[in-house]
Amino acid sequence: MPVDLVNALVLLANFVVVPAIAYGSQLALGALGITLVYGILRFANFSHGDLMAFGTMATILATWQLQGWGIGLGVLPTAMLALPAGIVAAVLAALAADRTVFRFYRIRRSSPMVLSIASVGVMFVLNGLVRVIIGPDDRSFADGTRYLLNARQFKEATGLAEGLTVRTSQLLTLAVAVVAVAALFWFLRRTRAGKAMRAYSDNEDLALLSGVEPGRVVLTTWVIAASLAAVAGSLYGLDKSFQPFTYMQLLLPMFAAAIVGGIGQPHGAIAGGFLVAFSEIALTYPYRKFLRYLLPEDMQPDGLMQLLSTDYKLSVSFVILVVVLLWRPTGLFRGRVL
Amino acid sequence: MKRLLVASAAAALMASAAHADMKVGVLMGFTGPIESLTPNIAAAAELAMKEASDSGLFLGGKKVVPVRGDSTCVDAAAAQAAAERLITSDGVAAIMGADCSGVSIAVANNVAVPNGVVMVSPTATSPAITTLKDKGYFFRTAPSDARQGEVLAQVAKARGIKEIAVTYTNNDYGKGLSNSFSNAFKAAGGKVALSAAHEDGKADYAAEVGALAASGAEHLAVFGYVDKGGKGIIQASLDAGAFDRFILADGMVGDSLIEAIGKALNGSVATAPGSDSPNAKKFQDAAMKAGVKGESPFAAEGYDAAALIVLAAQAAGSTDRAAIRSKVLEVANAPGEKIGPGELAKGLKLLADGKAVDYQGATDVALDDAGDASGSYKEYEVKDGKFATVKIH
Repeated sequence: MPVDLVNALVLLANFVVVPAIAYGSQLALGALGITLVYGILRFANFSHGDLMAFGTMATILATWQLQGWGIGLGVLPTAMLALPAGIVAAVLAALAADRTVFRFYRIRRSSPMVLSIASVGVMFVLNGLVRVIIGPDDRSFADGTRYLLNARQFKEATGLAEGLTVRTSQLLTLAVAVVAVAALFWFLRRTRAGKAMRAYSDNEDLALLSGVEPGRVVLTTWVIAASLAAVAGSLYGLDKSFQPFTYMQLLLPMFAAAIVGGIGQPHGAIAGGFLVAFSEIALTYPYRKFLRYLLPEDMQPDGLMQLLSTDYKLSVSFVILVVVLLWRPTGLFRGRVL
Repeated sequence: MKRLLVASAAAALMASAAHADMKVGVLMGFTGPIESLTPNIAAAAELAMKEASDSGLFLGGKKVVPVRGDSTCVDAAAAQAAAERLITSDGVAAIMGADCSGVSIAVANNVAVPNGVVMVSPTATSPAITTLKDKGYFFRTAPSDARQGEVLAQVAKARGIKEIAVTYTNNDYGKGLSNSFSNAFKAAGGKVALSAAHEDGKADYAAEVGALAASGAEHLAVFGYVDKGGKGIIQASLDAGAFDRFILADGMVGDSLIEAIGKALNGSVATAPGSDSPNAKKFQDAAMKAGVKGESPFAAEGYDAAALIVLAAQAAGSTDRAAIRSKVLEVANAPGEKIGPGELAKGLKLLADGKAVDYQGATDVALDDAGDASGSYKEYEVKDGKFATVKIH
């Protein structure tokens, strides 16, 4: 392969592919939680983003405690060790919200819209709690080895003009996401509790007649959704940085991901997560340098060759959402949910 | 009962009249994007007030009492509410502040000038402030960024940089500085490949850095805030291997940046107002003795801002707001006996005797008719994880 082509591909990998894979994994984990709650409890849970923030906050506090004790994981971030604390906190928060708010409306069989609006209230309460406990500021809690592959080392080793960076947190995000998704699918398909959840989602009354206990299904759903939220939030915070407000902003891309994939479809949420992440990054990336490697000299562009300014990154999710709802409201994957 | 109330109210009035200390607002962003800088600025300002109080010479033995307010640096509504409180509820005679250019302009336009209260900002550096319609109520001890942009352009040229990408925080400060830098750099024969704003408070700046890197420039000028987006931009640049040498402006000079980034920052250059004159040294020694970090960016300007207010009140012979305004330029400029840092007692004495003073202070203050300081700049280079001064401009 000519060197220019390799350089162009490395450039694209560094600025688009690698970041989008990590971001896509984080969105997919978040969208999975949204889709599960929608499929089983039948409402759009707007508090999911702040549930992520809550779990992440607990992870950060536990990380600081561990760091204080001098316990670490060497090359891996200490946060991985603290993740169970984040999961427990998020689960407790979700169960508390269910007990105090959602159960009330569920028992009255309120419409999904009422539950969704109630979840907006839960969202604000959770966000307020997070800001009271850990403060509104930027918190960095990453430690361990930052880079698996450093741009400068890559350049020196390969002799290419472009560098490629792979951060520990990016690979970790992908690995954890794969494990979590595999475990979730195994749980839903193979275990009794998972089958009960699917049955409940498919036809609530029929499931109840067949002896499925609704309380347990609700409990399991919240435990899984909150665990996914804590994992997704912690990975996002580790990979980027933690600020309570950014998790509220994540809500839009996560909902877009869940709806693109077909809400209620776990594999759809994963596909949707990556689709949204790749669109956001690929549409706002300027291709000037990339094209300069590929095009002959007289055709080289002067402009940035950027489709959308980076300021419009968030609006990409909006556009995807609108397009999907207009042309394919059922999402990419049709059929029965879960 | 009624009589008792009247009596106690009268007693309270008399008590306050007897003390009648001068309250001075200290309006700084104690929370927000420069929260790691403001405690030192405020402490330096309060040091000057304490010096005047302790001398016993201020308006015949009155005290100068600082009252803090939070400008948040970015939230104009919050800053205005804080200023409103200082002026109407606390009854301050003048305000030392505000800090960031955007909130300073908002507070001046909507609160301070309508109420006829002098503001002396130690940090607001936007060129737009020079032409502010402030009716002479707004002064600053920090030089305008119109000058910092030129200095930064010189520094960049001197280091052999021919092409540069610029990113600035999307507000009055960032825009003003990036304009003056870009114009000066182009005039000096350099090329600005891309000038793009960034928003503060994002989790991830990879996309912004991708655009800056695509411009093809090898150096990046960051005109942002040390505790916010500026730090995020630098981290994302290093992560992607997009840039490894940075040109930084005063909002980025802070130890928290080095703590966060580490040794990867070595070799980057920065400018911030400051000088190595004997007065600057004297101020730092005095500050250190009082437990204030005098070498922290804008601490010296903070001291001078407070000192100007105190001296102007002394020259006016009262704590009247309008009277203070009319005397600020007089005490800041020649003619008169030169007053350095730590010599406020001498200045107060001279003024009390009806003589003129030319306050030099920690930054060799001289204000022009628009109330702007001329000022000099320090050029820093990051060496061994520290901002080391290499030159004075």
